[in-house]
Amino acid sequence: MATCGSHCHLYLKIFALLCLHLLPVASNYVEARASQLFSSGHTNNWAVLVCTSRFWFNYRHVANTLSVYRSVKRLGIPDSHIVLMLADDMACNHRNPKPATVFSHKNMELNVYGDDVEVDYRGYEVTVENFLRVLTGRLPPSTPRSKRLLSDDRSNILIYLTGHGGNGFLKFQDSEEISNVELADAFEQMWQKRRYNELLFIIDTCQGASMYERFYSPNLMALASSQVGEDSLSHQPDLAIGVHLMDRYTFYLLEFLEDIHPASQSNMNDLFKVCPKSQCVSTPGHRTDLFQRDPGSVLITDFFGSVRKVEITTETINLTSPIVQQEDKHMMGEPTSEAQSYVDQLPVAEIIHQKPKRKDWHPPDGFILGLWTLILLVFFKTYGIKHLKHIF
Amino acid sequence: MGLLSDPNRRRALTNLLTRLNTPLCLVCYVAGVAWFMGLAFEPFTLRTYMSENAMGSTMVEEKFGAGERALAAGREFSAHKKKAGGMPVDWLVKAMQSRGLEVFTQSFSRTLPFPDENKERYMVRGTNVYGILRAPRAPRTEALVLSAPCSPGSSNNQAVGLLLGLAQYFRGQIYWAKDIIFLVNEHDLIGMQAWLEGYHHTNTTGMSWTPLQGRAGSIQAALSLELSTDVITSLDLVLEGLNGQLPNLDLANLFYAFCQKIGVLCTIQGKLQRNDWDTASGYNHAVQTMLLMVLKQASGRPWGDHGLFLRYHIEAASMRGINSFRQYKTDATTVGRLLEGMFRKLNNLLERLHQSYFFYLLPSLSRFVSIGYYMPAFSLLALILLLRSLTSAHALDLWVQLGTPAAGTEDGLAEVEQVSSPGVLSVLTPVVISHLTGVALYTLPILSQDMAVEHFPVSETEAVVLTAIAIYTAGLALPHNTHRVLSGEGTEQGWRVLKLVAVLYLAVLLGCTALINFSLGFILALTLVPVAAFVTPHVPRVLCAVIMVLLSPGCTLLLCVFVYQELQEAPVSLLEGWNLFLSAISQGILDHSLYGSLLYPLLSLLIYPCWLLLWNILFWK
Repeated sequence: MATCGSHCHLYLKIFALLCLHLLPVASNYVEARASQLFSSGHTNNWAVLVCTSRFWFNYRHVANTLSVYRSVKRLGIPDSHIVLMLADDMACNHRNPKPATVFSHKNMELNVYGDDVEVDYRGYEVTVENFLRVLTGRLPPSTPRSKRLLSDDRSNILIYLTGHGGNGFLKFQDSEEISNVELADAFEQMWQKRRYNELLFIIDTCQGASMYERFYSPNLMALASSQVGEDSLSHQPDLAIGVHLMDRYTFYLLEFLEDIHPASQSNMNDLFKVCPKSQCVSTPGHRTDLFQRDPGSVLITDFFGSVRKVEITTETINLTSPIVQQEDKHMMGEPTSEAQSYVDQLPVAEIIHQKPKRKDWHPPDGFILGLWTLILLVFFKTYGIKHLKHIF
Repeated sequence: MGLLSDPNRRRALTNLLTRLNTPLCLVCYVAGVAWFMGLAFEPFTLRTYMSENAMGSTMVEEKFGAGERALAAGREFSAHKKKAGGMPVDWLVKAMQSRGLEVFTQSFSRTLPFPDENKERYMVRGTNVYGILRAPRAPRTEALVLSAPCSPGSSNNQAVGLLLGLAQYFRGQIYWAKDIIFLVNEHDLIGMQAWLEGYHHTNTTGMSWTPLQGRAGSIQAALSLELSTDVITSLDLVLEGLNGQLPNLDLANLFYAFCQKIGVLCTIQGKLQRNDWDTASGYNHAVQTMLLMVLKQASGRPWGDHGLFLRYHIEAASMRGINSFRQYKTDATTVGRLLEGMFRKLNNLLERLHQSYFFYLLPSLSRFVSIGYYMPAFSLLALILLLRSLTSAHALDLWVQLGTPAAGTEDGLAEVEQVSSPGVLSVLTPVVISHLTGVALYTLPILSQDMAVEHFPVSETEAVVLTAIAIYTAGLALPHNTHRVLSGEGTEQGWRVLKLVAVLYLAVLLGCTALINFSLGFILALTLVPVAAFVTPHVPRVLCAVIMVLLSPGCTLLLCVFVYQELQEAPVSLLEGWNLFLSAISQGILDHSLYGSLLYPLLSLLIYPCWLLLWNILFWK
């Protein structure tokens, strides 16, 4: 009995010791989870959904945009945080056999127009100027809140564009175009004004990949439905309505998004796999080199939904200690770093660590070839062809 | 110095052209004809495609099913037509009203300049009935037209019946963005002309009609339907309109696309399509189809009720149902479905059809030749005239004169004056007299028909036609008479100047004609250019005179009539051909006064005087 007791006492001591060690580990675990809770970086979500076409035969572009709108609303982003730009001439078009509806599936399974669509920019207000003003925030003071993108430096923004496009441009409503350079500059303005934390750019047009070629601001991820030189194709016509209802890429995107719920853990790598070439006929592309996090760790709901992260725990958590002021580490004689000028406030090159572009070797220009041919001809005309053997 | 500004170089160039002139002309002529014949060769043609984005593909679901009811309505219409002895206006108004259309009528009357023997009418009086289906939600700014003619006898009853059936079906749909006008016109083209003039508030042909009470907006497209049997084996598309104008190719593409989708046999010029283009018979078939289109276009008359719409920039086509001895028959419901599909697609249009070609030739319904490909055939022929004018100018030393003004200005000027002054006078007389003859040919036949009927035992139509032919042949005797009036100078310079003037005049005339109506310009060029190129007073007179008469515009018309009948696979004997020729002349004169066709004035006022000038050159003393 005595040995058992002493043994037990020993085991108890070891157990207590272990517990003592484990306790900080356990609390460390909770703290780690807590730190993870607050490490995603964004606190609010915005969406800018733009359909750049009008007219009845571009029904599918409006259906595309409304499908994404529907998914984004379902996953939690409220209307106040969505800027929807549509020509909005489909539902009430004289040619619509089912007035006040916009269908995205044939046999009229899914009416994406619904009864709670809030279009912020409709009709002729969908212009390049309005789009860029929305992005950069340079709107006149009289603009209502519903037409503004009031994002801050902790906002994740989803931007979705659809319509007719070409190599390096996107057509807005048959009268103007936006180029990829303009778009890249608009995003740079947004970055400099700290108007986004991370931005996901999706474009479903012909040659859509050309639109994200020129991006140079950090924290941008881009997806496109087709590469340069390819056309994005439409999916299915509805014979009763008489038009194509959706584009392929957005159709499969919608199918994918229908499976996402606010708590799902699907990440961006799954999104990149949407609509492979066998289904889409065009090759979807994506660009992640400007994005700092690994796409595999980015959740779909980071952009498509407005998910409030709530974790219930009964543990007490020690929030991080207050920030310690860093002492000025001036050494005598060492020059202080210059105050950075406005342009260099956020040195992008340091953040992005872009590799310098490798210049591809081009065959010599026609001009240079012609010049050398001319020189050789003159030489041989003057001195005669018999001198050729002296050269070679 | 440049090629054309250096006088030595220029002289060398003109010498070269003058030496090689005849071989060059022959080569150009052969090349032009070969190019034209090669147009129908399948690898040189392009496949038709839909150019208008808004019309897209044929993806509509046609649900029309009331073909039998439509045929019953057609039978009712025929019964009432027989009872009324013309257009059963009251019954038609009631029938359209019961189908929910806004119905209006228009009465018109016209006295033809002389009786029309083909259709047996002289004083025409009639009524058009049309009903407007208003678009349920759209503003009344645009319209589409579906028309069926009310023909005497038992033709086109089914067309009117199908029109009423479609009207009833269309009334129940809500997706119309344009008003649809259902028109039943009496006395085919005359009624159509009255309706169009009333609709657009123009009065170009002197017809009297009552103004239209109801209007629907600017017409975007029109389809005319001719259906005389309950079942058909094929649908024929007719495109040629007034003055050789053609509707936009997209309308033909739309028709063809729907024919393929629904599975109806479709033809053009009444000829089926063949797939064996690499065989001789396949090519033959394509050439025949194209030649038929060329002949129809050159005649300048509207070959269907749609032909008059084109003048108002309304794209229109006629569809004719043909029932021949074939096993597979298409019923009225299918034809109705085809029309429904076409109208739904036309409904989607946002602007008038303008994306596709307006000038084309169709060797078959699925292949076309655009203006860029067929114009070189004509320009090669026009090039001959330009080469000839260059030779004439060179022969007149005009070129050299213009090139060396410095060398002896006084002498040069005096020489030029000496050269040109007798030239101008001697040229003016034949020109004026030829044109006066042309004016006589244009005005006298109709004016003098009363006098002719008094003195000769012929009907008015025959009087008109025979007067025209008489004046035409009288013109052949002119050179003998005018030479007495002339100042007696039959100089070498005289006829050369006249030839230069005639050749240039012909070139300008044919060029302008070919721009508007390529087929007419090409056919005239084929016959007149050799005449203009090789006529001089020094060729053997009798032989050349015979050839010239054979190649004159009148004989060209006769030849075209025979060729047309051959191509239709209904060859005629000489006498029948002659009768057809006479009726063609009378139809041409009638078309001009009824609808404003320009063939008769062009031939009598411009082409015939030009030919007379060349005839004058032949008989120059």
